[in-house]
Amino acid sequence: MSLLELDDVKVHFPVRKGILFDRTVGHVYAVDGISLTVEAGQTYGLVGESGCGKTTLGRAVLRLVDITSGGVVFDGTDLARLPGEEMRGFRRRLQMVFQDPLGSLNPRQNIESILSEGMAAHGIGRDQGERREKIKDILAKVGLPANALSRYPHEFSGGQRQRIGIARALVLEPDVIICDEPVSALDVSVQAQVINLLEELQQQLGLTYLVIAHDLAVVRHISDVIGVMYLGGLVEEAPSDVLYESPRHPYTKALMSAVPVPDPEVEDARERILLAGDLPSPANPPSGCRFHTRCPWAQERCASERPVLTDLGEGHKVACHFAREIEEGTVEQTRSTGIDAVVATKAVVRKDAEVAQEAGDPAAAGVPSAAAESGADASVGAGRPGTGTAAAEADAGGADEAPAVPAQSTAESADAGERSPGTG
Amino acid sequence: MALLSVDELSVTFTAKGRKDSTAVDGVSFDVDQGQVVGLVGESGCGKSVTSLALMGLLPDKGVRVGGRALFEGEDLLTMSPRKRRDLRGSQLAMIFQDPLSSLNPVVPIGVQVTEILRRHRGMKGEAARKEAAHLLDRVGIPDPDRRLKEYPHQLSGGMRQRALIAMAVACAPRMLIADEPTTALDVTIQAQILELLKELVDQEGTALLMITHDLGVVAGLCDQVNVLYAGRAVESAGRRELFAHPTHPYAHGLLGSIPRLDAPRGEPLSPIRGSINDRISWADGCAFAPRCDHYTMECLTGTPELTEPRAAGHQVRCVNPVLPKPQAEVSA
Repeated sequence: MSLLELDDVKVHFPVRKGILFDRTVGHVYAVDGISLTVEAGQTYGLVGESGCGKTTLGRAVLRLVDITSGGVVFDGTDLARLPGEEMRGFRRRLQMVFQDPLGSLNPRQNIESILSEGMAAHGIGRDQGERREKIKDILAKVGLPANALSRYPHEFSGGQRQRIGIARALVLEPDVIICDEPVSALDVSVQAQVINLLEELQQQLGLTYLVIAHDLAVVRHISDVIGVMYLGGLVEEAPSDVLYESPRHPYTKALMSAVPVPDPEVEDARERILLAGDLPSPANPPSGCRFHTRCPWAQERCASERPVLTDLGEGHKVACHFAREIEEGTVEQTRSTGIDAVVATKAVVRKDAEVAQEAGDPAAAGVPSAAAESGADASVGAGRPGTGTAAAEADAGGADEAPAVPAQSTAESADAGERSPGTG
Repeated sequence: MALLSVDELSVTFTAKGRKDSTAVDGVSFDVDQGQVVGLVGESGCGKSVTSLALMGLLPDKGVRVGGRALFEGEDLLTMSPRKRRDLRGSQLAMIFQDPLSSLNPVVPIGVQVTEILRRHRGMKGEAARKEAAHLLDRVGIPDPDRRLKEYPHQLSGGMRQRALIAMAVACAPRMLIADEPTTALDVTIQAQILELLKELVDQEGTALLMITHDLGVVAGLCDQVNVLYAGRAVESAGRRELFAHPTHPYAHGLLGSIPRLDAPRGEPLSPIRGSINDRISWADGCAFAPRCDHYTMECLTGTPELTEPRAAGHQVRCVNPVLPKPQAEVSA
């Protein structure tokens, strides 16, 4: 049986308004129906961008935030419904390492006091002497000198502070450690030290990790299984290597292609899938598939029906109606993968030059940059590449196709077209 | 001649009763028109202070700036404040790391963008507003007319950074300095912003000085890369050369300690031991020596010079560079 099982966990934060009559006017759907299982001795990595609910999910497992509905089954016990006093006992077995190592350590407590507080609360060790011995043991394990005991958090470097945070979790001999962005506040050379430490400790002590991070490369390096979150839901889950080799969800594909790789050869060769716009607000999530407002392959069905996580085999689960079709190339792209995000890609320049030539306007064809710029302006403004091209056409070819475009947008793009050579 | 030519720039912070602290200790590099030059390094290596010194944004008191920084033949460091104000924003512009704290929270975006147009291009009223809308549109902000009336907190992080870029390019500057422009953003938004910067360089021939800690960003964007450590450039090369053959032990270690998305999994990373110590100066030996696996007694006698042990144009400041030897594989 798996050690930790989340079953349709939902965490909704109420949005309240009014001073005298406190009323709930809506909810922020931070975590909206997540099911996953973490096997003992394994590392489960959760990735996603800021605001996707990954941190809230980690906190929900420890009941640091209230769970709206769903179950968190740890070692056969549902923590979601446990009364406070019993939950306290379980907290020893589920520990957390926080993102900001300085902010999560009390500046006025020395290291011994920080590390022994939890032990005293959970009744580990008979007296302080015994606890101190144990702490020294753990400090050696995480690579800190024994004289750290009487020192204070500000005396340590960032990497060392994170080691203290890890030691604080370890002294309670937990089964599961939830690491929330364990290395994102650290410099790369130190980051690698902490990643290696986490891996060594896992091998030595048989720990189970739930690692929450936004850095895909870090997560992939340490995780056995990765779950990708978008706006409160899991969109894809797969073994680490499988996810990298063949991401199936459009969001995962875009995320993978956006991560910069420190190798010019790779950077020059690869195709980026650029997503349009920003993450929608979790207080007002889009209908149907949460990703359909930014998805390059979004179809009508996506706006109405929310896809469920389905197994494609070998533990590769995807929440997308058209995962198979996208793979086979039988579904059409409804949005270009760059145009909205970027002002004028090379494709637009080319397209607009062709359009201008077709329209038989040598002047416009001769200045592709001006045409491209106005085309891009219009496409950004209108949010659709199709209309953008039409606007450029209208601009270059004498407003023949103008009826296809809203009047205001045409006027604006023509305006921009006139001015752009001067500003360039 | 290079557009910007920085020669032995040094910045020292002084305070009464305290030892001087040198943040930048002799940095030299050139930036040509249409070129993207990267300054890479970890926190405390002096990369941001370099950019502030170039822009003249360091305080007058308590700072000692040395060396030269010739921008179109004129020294930015000794220029009169008045002249510098004319230059800044029109010829030389900067994009900061944190878009929220670089924008005035109580002034609408529109006012902040038109301010530059009024100051440097003498535009007024409706013309300035129209141009501002055009600028926002150009950097990919949808519905610019509405956005002009909004305050910074009403914009998303990516949008704020776009607004900041719009302000920076308002006067079509010859050179842009971008200090960690994407660090505060998510990867998908980062990709959008990097693409936008790339475009500005390609289309306008703007020179870009890119300051970042992210080697991945450097690999995708920069033509020439300078790796800084403790206030000095330790390695400088074209990006292909640098990433293919990192020769300074620091650059080599840095690349070895980054988990890569496209590398096989399962192998432990090879981190650099210890952490950066800003109290070690370059005067009495290599500042990286305490963390270096290659160091010998030679490293501790005087500042190592920049040499070209590997290829022309690939400068390395090290007496024991990492050169390909089949048996001596570098380990952590």
